[in-house]
Amino acid sequence: MLAYLIRRLGAVFVMVLVVLLTTFVIFYMLPKWAGQDLAVLFAGKNSGAEQLEGIREKLGLSDPLFVQFWDFVRGIPFGRTFANGDDVTNCPAPCLGYSFRTEAPVWDTLKDALPVTGAMAGGAAVLWLVGGVTSGVISALKRGTVWDRSAMVAALSGVSMPIFFTGMIMMGIFVHSLGWIHIDDTLTSQDSLGTWVESLILPWIVLAFLHAAMYARLTRATMLEVLGEDYIRTARAKGVTEPVVIRRHALRSTMTPILTVFGLDLGVLMGGAILTEVTFNLPGLGNEAVKAIDGKDLPMILGVTLCAALAIAIANLVVDLMYAVIDPRVRLG
Amino acid sequence: MSDLKKTGAAVGEPVASDSPAPSAFLEVRDLKVHFPTDDGLVKSVDGLSFQLEKGQTLGIVGESGSGKSVTSLGIMGLHTAGQYGKRKAQISGEIWLDGKELLSSDPDEVRRLRGRDMAMIFQDPLSALHPYYTIGKQIVEAYRVHHDVDKKTARKRAIEMLDRVGIPQPDKRVDAYPHEFSGGMRQRAMIAMSLVNNPELLIADEPTTALDVTVQAQILDLIRDLQKEFGSAVIVITHDLGVVAELADNILVMYGGRCVERGSAEKVFYEPQHPYTWGLLGSMPRIDKEQTERLIPVKGSPPSLINVPSGCAFNPRCPYADVPKDNVTREVRPELAETDSGHWSACHLSREQRERIWTEEIAPKL
Repeated sequence: MLAYLIRRLGAVFVMVLVVLLTTFVIFYMLPKWAGQDLAVLFAGKNSGAEQLEGIREKLGLSDPLFVQFWDFVRGIPFGRTFANGDDVTNCPAPCLGYSFRTEAPVWDTLKDALPVTGAMAGGAAVLWLVGGVTSGVISALKRGTVWDRSAMVAALSGVSMPIFFTGMIMMGIFVHSLGWIHIDDTLTSQDSLGTWVESLILPWIVLAFLHAAMYARLTRATMLEVLGEDYIRTARAKGVTEPVVIRRHALRSTMTPILTVFGLDLGVLMGGAILTEVTFNLPGLGNEAVKAIDGKDLPMILGVTLCAALAIAIANLVVDLMYAVIDPRVRLG
Repeated sequence: MSDLKKTGAAVGEPVASDSPAPSAFLEVRDLKVHFPTDDGLVKSVDGLSFQLEKGQTLGIVGESGSGKSVTSLGIMGLHTAGQYGKRKAQISGEIWLDGKELLSSDPDEVRRLRGRDMAMIFQDPLSALHPYYTIGKQIVEAYRVHHDVDKKTARKRAIEMLDRVGIPQPDKRVDAYPHEFSGGMRQRAMIAMSLVNNPELLIADEPTTALDVTVQAQILDLIRDLQKEFGSAVIVITHDLGVVAELADNILVMYGGRCVERGSAEKVFYEPQHPYTWGLLGSMPRIDKEQTERLIPVKGSPPSLINVPSGCAFNPRCPYADVPKDNVTREVRPELAETDSGHWSACHLSREQRERIWTEEIAPKL
C-alpha cells in the first residue's frame, strides 16, 4: 500500500510538472512568438526602452526558454531572487512570480483565494452528495411512483439550468429584493464564520442543486442495477431485513461509481468555479482566473492553472485510495 | 445408474387446496407464479404441487425457463421481498412449511424463517457472494440475523462451519474475500453460509452448474453428507440428470411451468412415463454404457410462457403427438394421473401406449 501511494504521488508530481511546462510554454512564449513583448505586458505600453530593458534583465526574459522554466520551477520550493544590478527583489518560497497587474506576489493572492474556493466547493459537495444520493436511493426504491418521477423531473431541471441563471434568480430574491443575505466580496480568514456562511450559502445551494441532480440520476441508475445483483438476493435469502440489505449491501456497491464522479467534480470545483464565483462575486480562484486572463496577467494565470491541476490530481488520488477502502478487489499488495 | 438410492418413497399427490395443514414437512399446493410484463402475463409456474419430508431429497429437473428457479424463489418468499416498483409477481396457491402456510403469512415472519428454517444455495457463488465483504463477515451476518450473539461467538461459528465444509485453514480463510477463493471453495463457503443456522429445508439451485467438472462431484458429495448429518429436507434444482441421479430420492420433471412427471428416482429413471422425460434421458451422455449413437436432443425450443396454448404444452415438440389416442381432445391439457403407486405423469398417451413405446422404442436406445 505504501509503495502504491509513493508511486501514485510520483505520478502526481510528474503530471503537475507536465501541466506546468505546457502552460509555461503557451503563456510565456506565445506572446513572444506573436510579436508581443512580455516586458511591455508587465510595464505597460508607455514605458521607455531603458525601463523595458531593466525589466527584461530582472525577470530573465532574455534567457533561453528552458532556463526560464527551470528558474520558475526552482522558485516554487526554494524561493527566487529577481535582480537587475542593485535592484533586487527577494521572492520567498513558494515563489510563483509577481502579478503583472497588481505587482503583488502571485502566491499571496492565491493564498487568499484558495480558502474561499475550498469552502465553497467543500460545502456544496457535502450538500449535493447527501441530497443527491438520498433522493437517488429513494427514487430507485420507489421506482415508477410519483415520488420517483417528480425527483427525476427536478433532477432534469437541475441539470438543465445553468449556474448564472439560478444564481441570478437567487441573488435577485435573497440579496436584492428581500435583503436577507449580504455577500462579502472580500472574504478573508479574519472574517467570522457567520460571514463566511452567509456569503457562501447561496453558492452552496446553487452548486449543490446542479450537481445533486446528476448524482440523483446516477445513484438511481446504479442502485437499480445493484438491486438486481445476485448477492442482494443472497442477503435477502439469509433473512436480512430490507433496510439493512439496502444500507449494508446495496449502497456500498452503489457508491463506487459515484465516488469516481465525485472526485473529479470536486477537483474541478477546487480549481475554481468560474461561473459561480463571478455570479456571486466571490474572491475565489475562479474570479482571480478571470481577472488574470482579462489583464493578460501571465504569472497569475500560471499560478491558477497550477492550483487547478494540483486539485484535480489530488482529488483523483484520493478517489483511487478510497476505491481500495471500499472495494477489496482493487487493493494492491 | 447403480448409485440411485433405493428408497422409492412416494411423492405426495395434490390435495384439495382448502384442506387443513398437511402432515408433510413441506407441501406446495397449486403454486402459481405469474409475472406481468408489457407483452402479457408470463406464467412461469402454473399450478405446481408436491410434498417433501425431512431427510429426503427432491430433484426438480427441467430445461431453462421451465420454472424451476421461480419455484424455489417462491418457496423462499423472494419474489415479494424487496421487490420495488409497481410490477409485482402474482403468487397464488399454498406453501406449507412445518405446519405453517407461508404465502398468507406476514412477510416479516417469512423473513425470519429465511436463512434459519429454510436456506438456499445459488448457482454462481461468485456473483452470489458480496464482493466487498469477507467470507467470514457474510457468514457472521447470516448467523447473527437469527442468533443474538456477539461477533466473536458468531465468528467462531463461521470458522467451525468453514471447517465442516472442508475449507483448509478456516481460521485464516475466514478473513479472505470471495475473489480470493477458487470456484469450488466459494461454493463450499456458500454452503457453509446457508447451513450456519441448521436449516430444516435446503434449496440448492443449480449448485454445480457454474463449477469445474472436477469440483462438481465433491460439492454433491458434500451436500449429501451434510444432509445426512443435519437430516434436513433438500430440494435440488438442476437441468443435469446426473446431479439428481447422485442426490435425489424423488424427482419432479417440470415443463412449461408445470409438473409433467414425478415419482421416485428409480421409477423416473427406469420406467419414465412422459415423452419429455424420455427426451431428457436420451439427451444425457452415459458413461456406464457404450455409446454407439449420437445423443438425441429434444427437438424444438421451450414454449413461450405468455399465451400458453391450450392442450399439452409439450405437444409441438412431442414425437408421439400424432399417435392416435382414444377419447382425448387435443385442446384439453393432460392432468397428472397416477400410473403406479406414487408415480405420476401428465400425458394423453394411454398407459399401454406409453409402456409399448418405452420398452420397444426408447429403452433399447439408452
